[in-house]
Amino acid sequence: MNMIKAGLAGVALSTAAAGAASATSVCLITKDATNPFFVKMAEGAFAKAAELGVELRSFAGRFDGDHETQVSAIETCVASGVDGILLVASDTAAITGPVMAARDAGLLVIALDTPLDPMDAADMTFATDNFEAGRLIGEWARRTMDDPENARIGLLNINISQPTVGVLRNQGFLTGFGIDIGDPNRWGDEDDPRIAGQEVSNGNAEGGRSGMENLLAIDPSINLVYTINEPAAAGAHEALRAFGRADDVLIVSVDGGCPGVEDVAAGVIGATAQQYPLQMAALGVEAVARFAETGELPAPTEGKDFFDTGVGLVTGAPVEGMEHLSVEEGLRLCWG
Amino acid sequence: MTKTSPDPAGPDAIASFAGGPSGLRARAMYLVYSMPALVPLFVLLLAIAVFAVLLGERFLSPFALTLILQQVAIVGIIAMAQSLVILTAGIDLSVGAVMILSSVVMGKFSVHLGLPQEIAVLCGLLCGVICGLISGVLVAVVKLPPFIVTLGMWQIVLATNFLYSGSEVIRSQTIAAEAPLLQVFGRTVSVGGANFTYGVIFMLGLVVVLTYALGQTAWGRHVYAVGDDPQAAELSGVNVTRTLISVYALAGLICAFAGWVLIGRIGSVSPQAGQFANIESITAVVIGGISLFGGRGSVAGALFGALIVGVFTLGLRLMGLDVQWTYLLIGLLIILAVTVDQRIRRASL
Repeated sequence: MNMIKAGLAGVALSTAAAGAASATSVCLITKDATNPFFVKMAEGAFAKAAELGVELRSFAGRFDGDHETQVSAIETCVASGVDGILLVASDTAAITGPVMAARDAGLLVIALDTPLDPMDAADMTFATDNFEAGRLIGEWARRTMDDPENARIGLLNINISQPTVGVLRNQGFLTGFGIDIGDPNRWGDEDDPRIAGQEVSNGNAEGGRSGMENLLAIDPSINLVYTINEPAAAGAHEALRAFGRADDVLIVSVDGGCPGVEDVAAGVIGATAQQYPLQMAALGVEAVARFAETGELPAPTEGKDFFDTGVGLVTGAPVEGMEHLSVEEGLRLCWG
Repeated sequence: MTKTSPDPAGPDAIASFAGGPSGLRARAMYLVYSMPALVPLFVLLLAIAVFAVLLGERFLSPFALTLILQQVAIVGIIAMAQSLVILTAGIDLSVGAVMILSSVVMGKFSVHLGLPQEIAVLCGLLCGVICGLISGVLVAVVKLPPFIVTLGMWQIVLATNFLYSGSEVIRSQTIAAEAPLLQVFGRTVSVGGANFTYGVIFMLGLVVVLTYALGQTAWGRHVYAVGDDPQAAELSGVNVTRTLISVYALAGLICAFAGWVLIGRIGSVSPQAGQFANIESITAVVIGGISLFGGRGSVAGALFGALIVGVFTLGLRLMGLDVQWTYLLIGLLIILAVTVDQRIRRASL
């Protein structure tokens, strides 16, 4: 008798749970769970989800570049019947297959931060205009340096697979500085003699230091360094300091995290292009919630193929003719 | 008739050793067998010579050569820890994770908890020892395979690292202001054009200390004995359990020191660093002629192994080659090193 009562109670509960499961649900899949950018993005997503009463599940690869885990995560989300997926893709070309399958199953798929390749494989992309971010710091560097025609430039990229975010920032920087970029879909094919070398840094301080040391070994007279993100810039600065060149070399970066903006304040980084991951995630959750309710697809920013979540140039040394954010404003808007 | 020992070569000889192969080849093989670090040293000198010829002064300068030392210092120190464990026929996949967790502990205890920097450093070192002790007890007392134990510990320690740190970096400037002792291994000593960081000096000192301990102390003999044949060692009176636990604990301590040296190198406390340290250390150990089956090899070999990887990396980079060529060559070197080790083993039977 007790067993039957328990069984009936169980059935009642699961029916109620099934009823509750028809509330909007979203999956957030990031490249990894260790890069502070994605940690903050997840926090922003959870906060917005709590505010809207949306159920959020988050997944992450084990490392930046872990494609397989992301494929499994997409399949899990499709099987769970969620309304939408927010995806920061590790392998922007290979993930398009599972993404199209998810879209065919009726899910809304939004690419966050890193556009897929091709971009329209996702329903919409909410991202920083990474090319613009690079362009801002490139132009700032050109206007700040005494002799940009004879600059010796070192570039610290992310990794050898040349993901879109790395290529866009790199090519944006070179364009902003006034260097012919050749093929805009990859770095390394430029032949401007001002480029001393391009290294990979894996986007962390250790890689930044080794990469900078290798660049200095190739050309000790480097006086401008582009870095993919602020941790790599911090590592590069340590290498420059160790070789007594910290005061002669200008470092520019992208990200706008709080440690990075503090580095701008301290003079470690000359200028950084700030991006807004919390906003990216929040807008993504909102878009899925709206899609679940009304079927409305998110729209791109006017004149672009994606929704631009904005970028700001944070520097303590502003230049004529360029809008910028002061260090104080940068610290107010920073993440992490 | 006077009793004299029969002449071994004479007609009354009962038995005598045939003597074995003689000549230069035999002597060379004997030398390589008795001093296993000779082969990696030879490869290292050959690599330096080849790159010196190809690149000239750009490579052979004190700047470039000491740069290689600086770049391999962290892996070199971890390779010391890995060598100790591999000498006991074990393996330690958690070395990188222990290094990072120790550095995070040092950073957070001093900067966020406000403890005096010396205490924070000691806590970090203690953290490494504790992680090593856990692995050691699981291997020696519970008798689990080292590969499995350290695979699990790697995941556990790495996750603990990210959970505790929240993936947040502690900036170099913050550490310099509040706990400069953490960056002490980053300071340099300049001799001519050569820059030696305290981290490099520590690594070289560690090699000397471990070579002495492994070669000249009873504990060292026990480590080799346990690696070569634990049952024979046990029967000979070696406390296998205690030796194994001491090896893993010492390896953990060395990894914690590597974490301290890492803070000196990158200035900041970065939870994302050291992701490949375990693979890189195993590579250095294998190329250095230490047998994965235990009981044979010298830690100097692991140092040479780490230096070989560093020489190839910088040399090929200066030549402008894709970094993938480095990985390809290192892979070939690993297989070559294991082949040489196997041939020496077979020759010694």
